[in-house]
Formats: sequence, C-alpha cells, structure tokens
Amino acid sequence: MTDVGTVVAFWMLAVITVGAALMVVAVRNLVHAVLFLVLSFIGVAGLYITLSADFVAIAQILIYVGAISVLIIFALLLTPRASRDNAETFLQGPALVLAAVFGLTVGAVALVTDWDVAGRGPFSETAAAIGEALLDKYVLPFEIASVLLLAAMVGAIVLVRED
Amino acid sequence: MPLFLAQWWDLRDLGNAAGAFLEWLGDWGPDWLPYTVSAIVGCLAIVLFLVPSQFVFAWAERRLIGRIQSRLGPNRVGPFGLLQTVADTIKLLTKEAITTRNADRWVFWLAPVVVLVPSVVVFAVLPFGEGMIVADLNVGVLFLAAVGSVNAIVVFMAGWSSNNKFALLGAMREVAMLISYEIPQVLALLGVVIFTNTMSLGGIVRWQDHYNTWLLFLQPLAVVVYLIAGSVEINRTPTDIAEAESEIVAGYHTEYSGIKFGFFYAGEYFGGFAIAAIVATLYLGGWSLWGLEEWVPGWIIFLAKLYAVFWLFMWMRGTLPRLRIDQLMGFAWKFLLPLTLINIFVVGLEVLLWQENDLAAGVVLPAFAVTNLVLAVVLTVAWARLLGHARPGLRPRRARLMQELGAIVYGQES
Repeated sequence: MTDVGTVVAFWMLAVITVGAALMVVAVRNLVHAVLFLVLSFIGVAGLYITLSADFVAIAQILIYVGAISVLIIFALLLTPRASRDNAETFLQGPALVLAAVFGLTVGAVALVTDWDVAGRGPFSETAAAIGEALLDKYVLPFEIASVLLLAAMVGAIVLVRED
Repeated sequence: MPLFLAQWWDLRDLGNAAGAFLEWLGDWGPDWLPYTVSAIVGCLAIVLFLVPSQFVFAWAERRLIGRIQSRLGPNRVGPFGLLQTVADTIKLLTKEAITTRNADRWVFWLAPVVVLVPSVVVFAVLPFGEGMIVADLNVGVLFLAAVGSVNAIVVFMAGWSSNNKFALLGAMREVAMLISYEIPQVLALLGVVIFTNTMSLGGIVRWQDHYNTWLLFLQPLAVVVYLIAGSVEINRTPTDIAEAESEIVAGYHTEYSGIKFGFFYAGEYFGGFAIAAIVATLYLGGWSLWGLEEWVPGWIIFLAKLYAVFWLFMWMRGTLPRLRIDQLMGFAWKFLLPLTLINIFVVGLEVLLWQENDLAAGVVLPAFAVTNLVLAVVLTVAWARLLGHARPGLRPRRARLMQELGAIVYGQES
C-alpha cells in the first residue's frame, strides 16, 4: 500500500462501504436500505480489486449485486406490510449489544494478529488458480456445497408444486 | 500481427497513438498521470463512439422498420428524414421532466442516470483493435456477466420509485426475465471460455485470429442462445414484455418524461450496442478478419461487425411479434437452459479430446465445427418436438408466478 492511488482508492472505497452499510441500518424505507446495501456491496468489490483479487471482486458484483439483492427485493415486495418502513423492534437493545461484541472481537483479532506481509506482487491470473483449487484440493467441500444447493433447489420446487 | 508497426502514426490501431502519447506523458509527468489520462481518454472515446451511433441508428431503425412494415418512416425533417433524431432530441430536452407527487424523489432521479452505466462500462473491456482496449481484464467474460446483472437493480429502481402499478409490474417482469435469461446467457459464454482457455476478451480475439476461425462456427448453438438472451436483456421488441405498450403502457419508464425518458431511450440503444459488440468480439472475431486487418483498420472491422449484429436486432424488431411472458419464461428454463448445458458438455469433451491427443488444429477445428452445427440443428429440433409432444398432464396447468407478475394467461383468465 505504498503508492498514492491505492491509498486514495482504499479510503474512498472504505468510506463508501462503511457509510452505505450504516445507512442500511439508519434509513426508514426498506427499499432504500436495499439500495444502500447494493452500494455497500459495490464498495466491497472495489476493495477486493485493490487487493488484486479480480475474480473475487467480479464474483462479488455478479452474486451479491446481481442476485442476492434482487432476491432481497423480491422477498421485500412479496411480504405483506414490508416495504413500508424499517419499524421499531424490541430487539434493538440485544442487536446493539451483539453488534458491539462482534465489532470488539473483530477489532481485537485484527490488532492482535501478527499479519504476514505479502512479499510477492499481485497475482497474474486468479481465476485459473481458484478453479484448480476447487476441483483438486478442495473438491470435497465443493461437492458438498453443490449437493446442498441441489437439495435446496429440489426443496423449493417441491414447496411451490401444487397437486 | 507482424505488420503492426506500433508507430504512433499507424492509424490501423489507434492504440498505438494513445500508447505513444501516454509514454511521453509518463516520461514527463508523475506516475499516476498516464493512468488517469488513459482512463479519461478511454471514457471519452467510448462516449464519442456511442452517442453518434445512437443518433444515426435511432433514425436508421425507424426507416428500416418502416420499410419492413410497408410504411415510410420519418422522411420530413432534412433529407430522408436524417435530422429527425436531432429534432427529437431537442424536443426531449425542452419538454418538462415531470416528477409525480408520490414518486420516491431520490430514486426516481437516480434511475435514469444509473441506467446508462452498465451498458457504457461494458465497452471498457471490449477490444476495438489489437491495442485499443481500455482495460484487458483477466476476468473479462465474467465482467460482462456481472455488469449485465446490475441492470435488474436499475430497472427495479425506476419501476418502484414511480409509484405506479404499471411501472412496478414492468419492473418486476423485467427483473424476473433478467434473472432467468442470465443463466443461459452465462452458460453460452462458458463454451467460448472452454475453447479459448482464457476469459480475457483481448485473448479470445487473438485466439480466433491465431486459428483463423470464428467461434461462431464452433459454437453455433451458443450464438443463437446468446442473441436471444441478449435481446431479452435489452428488451427489444420480440422480448420487450417489460415495456409492452399494449399491456402495461410503457412498463418501468411509464412515469418518465422529457430528458429523463431520453436517458432510458438512449440506454436501450447503448445496451443494444453493448450486446452487439459482445457478439462481434466473442463469436465473430472482433477486430480480425482473415488478414484484412493488415489493410483496413481493425476498429473499422470491429464497428462493421457490431453494426451488422445490431442490424439483426432491428430486423428481429421489425418482423417478430411480442412473446407472452409465460412463453418467454418457459423458453428460458425448458429450452435454452438444457441446450446450453448439453453444449457445454460437448465442448468440454471436444477440448479434452483435442488436448489429450495433441491433434492438429487444422484438422480438429473444422471437424468440431461440422459436429457442432449438426448437433445444434438436431438438438433444437429434437428438443422442440419433445416439448411440443409432452402429454397434457406433464404441462403446467397454469403459469402461477406469471399471473402474479401481471400476465394474462389466455384461456385461463378466471
């Protein structure tokens, strides 16, 4: 993180990501919250790019911006009473405590850990390496995840089937 | 490419001039200057190509569809009605851009601005010539898919913020279409990636140039699937259920007027150019044309291919009637998806055969081309017959989700 461009990009993206994430909690309108969530996802994708993880960055946009947020939007619009407001909830106190504990843990771990500084330059091509790792070293977790997704898909079809 | 001189005055590839200028800039200024300047120059070049193309094609499309449908088309403003687009633009600029009282003000304003972003950004990774590429990403093909998927959010923003039932229905239809057609679209692109063994678009064009072929011949099925899915993504007429005039006024941009509507209108053309450019790059060999690129600038070849593909879209718009939403949705899941899956399987087998046995490309590629063409025809016909002959009990009784999204399923109105 020595050159100016990376530092400037990092701080801009960090402000966008964290600011948008805060707005997700703060805004009253749930659809606005989803749109801020999308902005936050895009910021995270930008951060991946500064880490020269191009494949992960693009996958972040493809999956989170293109699919997950659309799923959230569908869920929002198909549930009654939703899309009106970010209503008051009795879980506010516990949620705050949980968030504070989580933040403290992550912060503490980040400070305490003795991070390795990468000596090599950026990866030349990450996609091929990821593909090789998924189908070679990590083939079992990969297959388990595939079976899980297949089961979820079959389950969804069974649930909406009418007869 | 031995004959490319890499001199700044070699106009066969404008990348040479830009590269020389940036090198000079790098010698003279600080490190970050060439990057910034190249980004700005790239953006300007893309916009300078898109806006005039849109002006010309907005006129050409109306004339062409007029001819197809035995009408005159615009012929009053200027010679052959050439100035019609200029007149229309002035009209759009001077009209009031109404914001309805119950609209969600911020999102309503933001949507027409953001709608241009995905289709313009696509051009950043497309090679106009051998060196004329703003960013030759290693994950270019994935980038195309990712940027295309962002469209759904923009359309939803426009439709939801209008606070109008037609706008919301149009937006939900479009989102449903986009997430359905994204799958066959990406699977169609995967065949290209398996053949070329790279996701960089510059690399894919170089592969086609090296083997002196177009992926169109190796992937006939995928090209057709991609064209159909692309036509859904930019919702032009055979698949424009998101703004079907006879059903839901104008879909997600019903409430937009003036220049804000103009942005959606331009966005539709930019999206069309983007899809046409992707087809030209991935399947038609981009800037290469069997040696002709030594004499004719590569960017002219690329633009010619792009406009030819766009002309195909205009032809489709002029001749084909609009599909019903449940037909279109079923087509994606029951027809395109299985065919693209089989296509990928076959491509994988072929590449495995080719590389394991170390066969000569000159023998193998024509054989693959013939095999894939036969396979495409046989599969399409067989699958269509299979679906058409399915017993009535196997067909869905009513398109449930479709009705909830606002479609009228004929014969089952009750």
